[in-house]
Amino acid sequence: MRPFKYSNASETAAAINAVVVNPTARFLGGGTNLVDLMKEDVMRPSELVNVTRLKFSAVEKKENGLSIGGTATNAVTANHELVRENYPLLSMAILAGASAQIRNMATNAGNLNQRTRCTYFYDVNMPCNKREPGSGCGALHGVNKNHAILGWSEKCVATYPSDMAVALAALNAVVHVEGSDSTKRSIPFSDFHRLPGDHPEIDNTLKHGEFITSIDLPANRLAEKSYYLKIRERSSYAFALVSVAAALETSGNRIKDVRIALGGVAHKPWRARIAEQWLTGKEATEANFKAAALAELKNAKPLEQNKYKVGMAAKAIVRALEGAMQGGNYGAMEADLTTTN
Amino acid sequence: MEEQPLFSDLSEAERKALEELMPDEMGEIMSSGIKRRHFLKLFAVTGTSLLAANLLGIEQLMARSIPIEEQPPVLIENGINVSFQVNGSTQKLMVDSRMTLLDTLRERLGLTGSKKGCDHGQCGACTVIVDDKRVLSCLTLAATCEDKKVTTIEGLATGNELHPMQTSFIKHDGFQCGYCTPGQICSAVALMGEAKNGDASYVTANVREKKKAVELSNEEIRERMSGNICRCGAYPNIVSAIREVHGDKAVAQVWQFAEGTI
Repeated sequence: MRPFKYSNASETAAAINAVVVNPTARFLGGGTNLVDLMKEDVMRPSELVNVTRLKFSAVEKKENGLSIGGTATNAVTANHELVRENYPLLSMAILAGASAQIRNMATNAGNLNQRTRCTYFYDVNMPCNKREPGSGCGALHGVNKNHAILGWSEKCVATYPSDMAVALAALNAVVHVEGSDSTKRSIPFSDFHRLPGDHPEIDNTLKHGEFITSIDLPANRLAEKSYYLKIRERSSYAFALVSVAAALETSGNRIKDVRIALGGVAHKPWRARIAEQWLTGKEATEANFKAAALAELKNAKPLEQNKYKVGMAAKAIVRALEGAMQGGNYGAMEADLTTTN
Repeated sequence: MEEQPLFSDLSEAERKALEELMPDEMGEIMSSGIKRRHFLKLFAVTGTSLLAANLLGIEQLMARSIPIEEQPPVLIENGINVSFQVNGSTQKLMVDSRMTLLDTLRERLGLTGSKKGCDHGQCGACTVIVDDKRVLSCLTLAATCEDKKVTTIEGLATGNELHPMQTSFIKHDGFQCGYCTPGQICSAVALMGEAKNGDASYVTANVREKKKAVELSNEEIRERMSGNICRCGAYPNIVSAIREVHGDKAVAQVWQFAEGTI
């Protein structure tokens, strides 16, 4: 690992300033991704500012929803009573990711800032426009079975790895950040991560030195019908091939509000707005779920090795919606999966 | 440097077994404990690696601190003074900002129980308990540990009395080579606290239910321990070991030494 300066931040403004004035400085949260990328020589910060001791770890009620702290750990967030009760989709998504050890370390802010697990990004001997702009995309015509089917560009076909972020996209979360001179702004979650376009080196819309202080979850009536489905190559501790965050509010069997977001298919959590629009006002039936899923995935452009993801994503949307309709009960869903698979 | 004994206390049964297999070496073993070359010989004379491998595994599981001379590292760049507790005793040292907690434990403090498996947060062999939470010491920078309380495999036993999880891993043969075992045990010990606290997992039927102590099924244990990989595939026995500590009922031991060997 390359040498770097290190400090434990005790004051927010000073921490932000330390990063603002040094273009190669980074905030350090749990380090579960950053420290690994530094060992791999993929990321080479000259300075780390440890922000985990700043006072942004609260999970608390707000006037119209809940606020989860940027430096709260994933584990604390997933198991907070208010999150479990009111935003079970977020609990389920966080618990679907990584391992108990990693969730104990990883912060919420860090989760949103994690980098893709594309193997070309990780291998410094390979071309990668995200790691080294202009070097090309090794995955576009390479080993791309785990890559994007939606929203990719010739420059980058990587996917975003977070499970948590998929739930946050479905929940219309709002990211609060603080920058230099105490400038604060809030970013709707759908604008937080970006598609690769011509600049895959930029993952999200944060400016250098902007610090995620909290993430707001607006109140909703989706808690009773929420489900996070994750499909992966082993049953735990693996990144998603495809994942779906699904939540519904129904009146009788009619859909009043529906949220669908996909993981593992694009450079950002993919909000399935076409499917949502298709379903709103309709009956919650399997046939409608299927039609909505197909409408969404009509625009999918699979690569050489990931054509399977299109069908997988369509079926996953249907199953996740069914899981949500059954009250997000994991046991019931598992039984369902084994009989319908 | 004098070869360090791997462990010095043998049970009566272990002593007898060794005496039969290696009569020439017994005096030395009794006075200074088992050394690595004894294991090699044990492999050779038994023709089967079962006993030797088992003892080697047990050594990992009971790992205890070996006193080493604190050797100041040759070159420290961006040194950070850090003070934290390890297994109850306060450690103050200067570390390179790049130094992980794992390397600090192993290279600076002589606590080699925690293992470096993948060094990239994918295997769990380096799992230790920091402020009551299980974490990966290979991805934890030592500089971030100021004022924290670290418990490693060496800190679980009380004197010669093993932690119940260690005892249970022996009883259920929860290992073969033993390399992942310190991480497995630290992980399992922390898991007991999480279950008691009512924490949910991905396979919890309904996360919206009020938090109460979780009854750990095999499925729950497998999911919650998925961050600890075992290449020998001792998983069923690891799950049995954890179930026994978690539940009040003894779980049947699935193995025993062949008659006459012990």
